[in-house]
Amino acid sequence: MSARSTWRQAGLLVGPALLLLAAVYLYPLGRLFVLSVGGGPGGAGLEPYHRLAESSVYVDVLLRTTRISVVVTLVCLLAAYPVAYVMTRVGPAWFRVLMVFVLLPLWTSILVRTYAWMVLLQANGVLNNVLRWLRVIDEPLRLMYNETGVVIGMAQVLLPFAILPLYASLRSIDPRLARAAQSMGAGPWRRFYSLTLPLSMPGMATAALLVFVQGLGFFITPALLGGSRVITLAMVIETQVVDLLDWSLASAAAMVLLVLTAALVVGFDRLVGLDRVWA
Amino acid sequence: MSEPLVTLHAVSKHYGRAIAVNNVSLDVFEGEFVTLLGPSGSGKTTTLMLIAGFETPTSGEIRIRGASVVARPPEKRDIGMVFQSYALFPHMSVFDNVAYPLRTRRVPSAEVAERVARVLDAVRMSGLAERYPRQLSGGQQQRVAVARALVYRPSLLLMDEPLGALDKKLREEMQSELKDLQRTLGVTTLYVTHDQQEALALSDRIAIMNVGDVVQIGSPLALYEHPATDFVAGFLGDVNTLDGVVAEAETGVVRVEIAEGIEVTVATSARRSAGKRVRLTLRPERLDLATTAGGVNCWRGRVRGATFRGELVRYDVELGSGLVVNVSRPYRGQETIFGPGQEVFVRSRPDDWRVFG
Repeated sequence: MSARSTWRQAGLLVGPALLLLAAVYLYPLGRLFVLSVGGGPGGAGLEPYHRLAESSVYVDVLLRTTRISVVVTLVCLLAAYPVAYVMTRVGPAWFRVLMVFVLLPLWTSILVRTYAWMVLLQANGVLNNVLRWLRVIDEPLRLMYNETGVVIGMAQVLLPFAILPLYASLRSIDPRLARAAQSMGAGPWRRFYSLTLPLSMPGMATAALLVFVQGLGFFITPALLGGSRVITLAMVIETQVVDLLDWSLASAAAMVLLVLTAALVVGFDRLVGLDRVWA
Repeated sequence: MSEPLVTLHAVSKHYGRAIAVNNVSLDVFEGEFVTLLGPSGSGKTTTLMLIAGFETPTSGEIRIRGASVVARPPEKRDIGMVFQSYALFPHMSVFDNVAYPLRTRRVPSAEVAERVARVLDAVRMSGLAERYPRQLSGGQQQRVAVARALVYRPSLLLMDEPLGALDKKLREEMQSELKDLQRTLGVTTLYVTHDQQEALALSDRIAIMNVGDVVQIGSPLALYEHPATDFVAGFLGDVNTLDGVVAEAETGVVRVEIAEGIEVTVATSARRSAGKRVRLTLRPERLDLATTAGGVNCWRGRVRGATFRGELVRYDVELGSGLVVNVSRPYRGQETIFGPGQEVFVRSRPDDWRVFG
């Protein structure tokens, strides 16, 4: 087949999706960029970005958003690793059961799941009541409208995105390697940190990227579980657009988020390779 | 003889109702090279895994230096193991792979460096210590796997078809290297293969396995010359198998009719009575082809096919009644090859035949 007809075929196959993306994604993104550099009261320029950088409020929001995402990523990795590991060890029947439990949340609306967490975490909620009934605590714990609640909610929502790549990565490790290590005198703990852990690094990197990037732009869960006390970047953008009608500042904030995300993805591609995300 | 290093006593392994290893007893002595040889599904690898500790016997006893190891996990059995897939750690250099068992044993790093260097030298891999497994050829990976299994001087080396993934030429090279290394180091070795040539070339003793049983144990020569069953005769080397009926039995000699009008005189110490059905085997290289008749077992035949194999020529020779035997003769020049259709006399010595059943 000639190179030209290969290109034509590829174009026919990818073309429709590219057109759609261009219309509903690239075009608005371009508009957003123009707004962020041109739409301010002072005319064209980087004025909205200056406003973002100079205000301690926005810098705080950016730092908080990053911090929450980091913590959520760590929580997700720690919680997902044992689950993914068990999934590689059980028989096909148990594997299916576990897989359904991992995927079920993905098929449930984020809004529903976040409301469920509100029911569980509020001062008079299920968790506090149970702990008080067990006499573990006297006063209700503050589990909502703070970063704790946001982290709990986001970690649960994002957990499947950590479990799936970790599982794929752990499953691809040749089980004969562990046997070889065992024959050479390595006990379970040494086998884990000398083989399993380093060989699952690509999976951990993928899981971290997927969770962290989604965490940076998360809106519904922090908005409901954090309320006005835990403002994240996505919430700032929403407020600017809906309440303050400051499109240029919102666009600038969105651009900051986009550049941050793009930088992470490019960095990941350099270090691990994007082709390994779903492999 | 001294106390065996490894003793298997009536070891069985069942998977549900399937019997993988059936009542196997085997002794391996210090410094010996013993091979478990059998077709796939004969239980040889399972037996190796039972000794390594990756499988638990359903019944029976496994002892290393007289102490039962059945309850001991693999990491506490002091064994070295080479897998068919090599199982090199892909994220570690050759040096780190070979150093792994030493580091597991908390050997000081100066000594690790020295011992790794020495064993890599022994397998001729000194210059490649910084390479990663994916940068090595199959033969090189194999050498690293052997070095890694030997560096900590385990009391027993287990090898599961270690040359199975190599091409023929490299496999023969590695065979002699392995044998040299094993002899120099004197490490007791239990080797699993389905390749009878490899087993013959490497082993002090061979245990032939078939559907879970050890059929016969002995030196390569003893098994080749005195197979206990026709299965052993057929598995170790090529063989002509002929069924017949004892026509006449005297002391030390029986005459067996293998086809209408074709009788074989066989020298045997076992008593066989006339009329009994028996199975005879004879190696193709023990049959002679000649243009003239003569001798006790001499039959007229016709060459049906001749296959040139380099150092030897294989013939299919049809005797009377459609009976076909394989004959293998050393190649001694083009003019000595018998062509298809040619009339020949097939001759054999009574001592070369084996009787079963």
